[in-house]
Amino acid sequence: MTRNTLEHHLPQLIIAHFKEIIREPGVIFWGIVFPILMALGLGIAFTKKPDLVRTVAIIENNVKSGGGDSAVTDLIKPFTDQFTLSRNEEGELSLKIPDEQLGNMTYIFTPKSWNEATILLKRGQINLILENKGGQLYYHFDPMNPEAQLLYLKLSQIHGGKLIQTDLSRSQIEPLTVTGTRYIDFLIPGLIAMGVMMSCMWGLSYGIIDKRSKKLLRRMIATPMRKSNFLISLITVRLGMNIIESLLLFLFAYMFFDISIQGDLIALLIVFIAGNVAFSGIAIFISSRTANNEIGNGLINAVVLPMMVLSGIFFSYHNFPDWAISVIDKLPLTLLADHIRGIFIEGSGIPEILLPSVILSAIGIGFFSIGLKIFRWY
Amino acid sequence: MSDQNSPEVVIDVQQVFKSFKQVKAVRGIDLQVYQGQFLALLGPNGAGKTTLVEMIEGIQKPDSGRIFIHGKSWKGNEESLHRLIGISLQETRFIDKLTVAETLRLFASFYQLPARRIEEIIELAGLQEKRKSYVVNLSGGQRQRLALGIALLNQPKILLLDEPTTGLDPTARRDIWQILLNLHESRQTSLILTTHYMEEAEQLCDFIVLIDKGKIISQGTLNQLLAQDKEVKNIEFSLEGNLSNFNISQIQKDIQMDWDEKSGKGILYIKSIENQLPNFISTLRANNISLKNIECRRPTLNDLFLSLTGRELHDA
Ligand SMILES: Nc1ncnc2c1ncn2[C@@H]1O[C@H](COP(=O)(O)OP(=O)(O)OP(=O)(O)O)[C@@H](O)[C@H]1O
Ligand SMILES: [Mg+2]
Repeated sequence: MTRNTLEHHLPQLIIAHFKEIIREPGVIFWGIVFPILMALGLGIAFTKKPDLVRTVAIIENNVKSGGGDSAVTDLIKPFTDQFTLSRNEEGELSLKIPDEQLGNMTYIFTPKSWNEATILLKRGQINLILENKGGQLYYHFDPMNPEAQLLYLKLSQIHGGKLIQTDLSRSQIEPLTVTGTRYIDFLIPGLIAMGVMMSCMWGLSYGIIDKRSKKLLRRMIATPMRKSNFLISLITVRLGMNIIESLLLFLFAYMFFDISIQGDLIALLIVFIAGNVAFSGIAIFISSRTANNEIGNGLINAVVLPMMVLSGIFFSYHNFPDWAISVIDKLPLTLLADHIRGIFIEGSGIPEILLPSVILSAIGIGFFSIGLKIFRWY
Repeated sequence: MSDQNSPEVVIDVQQVFKSFKQVKAVRGIDLQVYQGQFLALLGPNGAGKTTLVEMIEGIQKPDSGRIFIHGKSWKGNEESLHRLIGISLQETRFIDKLTVAETLRLFASFYQLPARRIEEIIELAGLQEKRKSYVVNLSGGQRQRLALGIALLNQPKILLLDEPTTGLDPTARRDIWQILLNLHESRQTSLILTTHYMEEAEQLCDFIVLIDKGKIISQGTLNQLLAQDKEVKNIEFSLEGNLSNFNISQIQKDIQMDWDEKSGKGILYIKSIENQLPNFISTLRANNISLKNIECRRPTLNDLFLSLTGRELHDA
C-alpha cells in the first residue's frame, strides 16, 4: 500500500472548515475588527472622563422678562465671589465649577416653560427641573433615577453654601486609578465572553443550518464519514477562531489601555474552553432541526439577546432586583463573563473557576447530546 | 451465490412505499439492477424518482418494503454500503470557498483514498483548469462534473445519479454522457440514473424504467419499450396553402393528432396507414391544401409515455 494516503478525515474536515471561515472577509471584520472597535469606543467613552456637563431647566414664575436670573443667582449666592455666570445667545446661563480631582463640572441653566421642560425630561435631555416659586427653589426630578438624585444633591449643596471645596474635605477623596478598577477593565473580559457566545451561536448554528439547506449535510453523510467527526471539526475550528479573536482583542486592550490579567492563566484557559463547550453545545442543539435560515435567526436571537442584555457584559447586573439576579447569575454567559472577569481583575485562580467550569461544560455536553440525538442530517 | 450465467443482482427493491403527509411519492415499486447494468429511471417532475433513489441511497427510509444492496439492507451496514456506492444528489452545493482540489481532497479523506486519486478524478471530470477555483465560482456544468467526480472518487460498484445533466446545455450534457459511457464499457459499475430527458436514457442506459406518480408504468430495453407501442405510427407532416380557413377538426374527428397552426406542422398518430392516411390526404385536397412534406417518424419514449399516461414526459 502506498504511504501517501490521507490518513484520517477529521484533520481534513478541520482544515476544510478552517479555510471556509478565513476565506470569508466578513469573518475578519465581525470576529476581529468589530469587537476591537467596540472596546475602543466604549473604553474611550467611559474611561477618559471629559468635563461633565449637566443641563437643568429653570422655570421662573415671578420674573416676566429678561430670562431667569433670579433663581440661579439665588442658587449661587454664597459663591458669587468665586464663580461667575456666563450667558449665551439663547439666554442660557452656564456655571463652571473647576475641580481637578473629580473632573470639571459645568451646569447649564436653560429657561423653559413647564411644558417645554417636561418634554425635555421625557426625552432624557435633562434630569432635573428647577422651579422658583415666590423666591423658594423647588427641585423636580425622578427619585428613582440615580443621576437625577446626584444632580439634586450637588445643586442643593451649592444652594446651601456647602459645596465641597475646602482643603480639609478634599483630602479625604482619593481617586482610584489603579488598573483593574476602570471601566475598560470591566468591559474587556465581558467582550471576550460575549465574543465566544456570538461566534459559537452565529458561526456554528448558522453554518450548520446553511449546510443543511444546501443539502451538503446529506451529501456528506452518504459517505463513510463519521457524523460526530463532522460536528467535532466544526466545534474545534470555532474554538481555534475564538482563541485567535480573544487574543487579538486582549492584545489590543493591553497595548491601548494597558489592561492586564491578574489571575491564573491556566484557570483562564479552563473557563474559556468550558465557555466554548457550553455555547457550542447550545449552538448544536439550536441548529439540530431546522433548514430554514429565518427560523434559525429567530432561535439564535432568542438565546443571544436576553443574555447580552442581562449578563452584565457592558454594565453590572447588580442593579437588577434580587430575584432577577438569582436567575441571571446562573446564565451561561453570566457564568463565563463573571469568571473571566474574576481572573482578569480579581486575580482568581483555579479553585474559584472550577465549579463554574464544570457547570459550563455540563451545560454544553448536555445540549450537545440532546442535539445530536434529534439532529436532522437530511 | 449467483450461478455462473446470470449476472448478480446488486440492487433489489421490493414493494417499496413512501408518503409525505398527503403526497404518496412512491407507491409500490419493485426494481432489480444487475451487475454492470445501466438503468434509467425516466419520468416527469414529481414522479417520485428522487424519493426512490434516496431510499436506495439510505438517505430516506421507506414506509414499507425492503431494499437490498449486494444482499445487505441499510440497517447496520451503513459503513460498508457507503464504501460501495457513489452518489450525486439532485441539488447539492458543496462548500463555497473551497477549491475543486480541496473539495475532492476532503471527500477522498472520507474513503481514505490515496492522494493520486484526486488527480485522476480532476482529469476524468475535465476540471484541470479549474482545480484552484472556488466551487462557488464554477459554472453549472463544471459543478455537475465536480459532483460526478466526487461520486466516482471511491471507484464505486454502484453509482446513483439523480438528474446529473439537468439544466446543462447540450455540449455540457455530452461531456457528462461521455464520462458515463466510458464507465459503462468497463462493466465494473452498475448505475441508476434518473432523468426526464429521453435521449439521456436512450444514449446511456441498457434498461429503462418509466415511472409516473410513484409507480412503474413500463420497463424494458429501449427496443422492448418501443415495440410495445408498435400499432401506433407517428407521421409528421407540414402543410401549405390557405390554412386560416382550413378547419382542422374535420381531420381530428377521424385521426388522433397534434397540430400547430402557426408553423403549419403536425403529427398524426395512426393505427392503420392503409385506412386512415387516404382519408387525411383527400380531406386536404378537398380544402385546397397541399402537403409539403410527410414522413414516418421512429416512435420515441415520449410517444410511449404519452400513449400510457396521456401526458408529455417533458412538459416544457
Ligand atoms: N420532503 C418532502 N416533503 C413533502 N413532499 C415531498 C418531499 N419530497 C418529495 N415530496 C413529494 O413527493 C413527490 C415525488 O417527489 P420526487 O422529488 O421524488 O420527484 P422527482 O421524480 O424526483 O421529480 P423531479 O423530476 O422534479 O426531480 C412530489 O410530489 C413531491 O412534492
Ligand atoms: Mg428529482
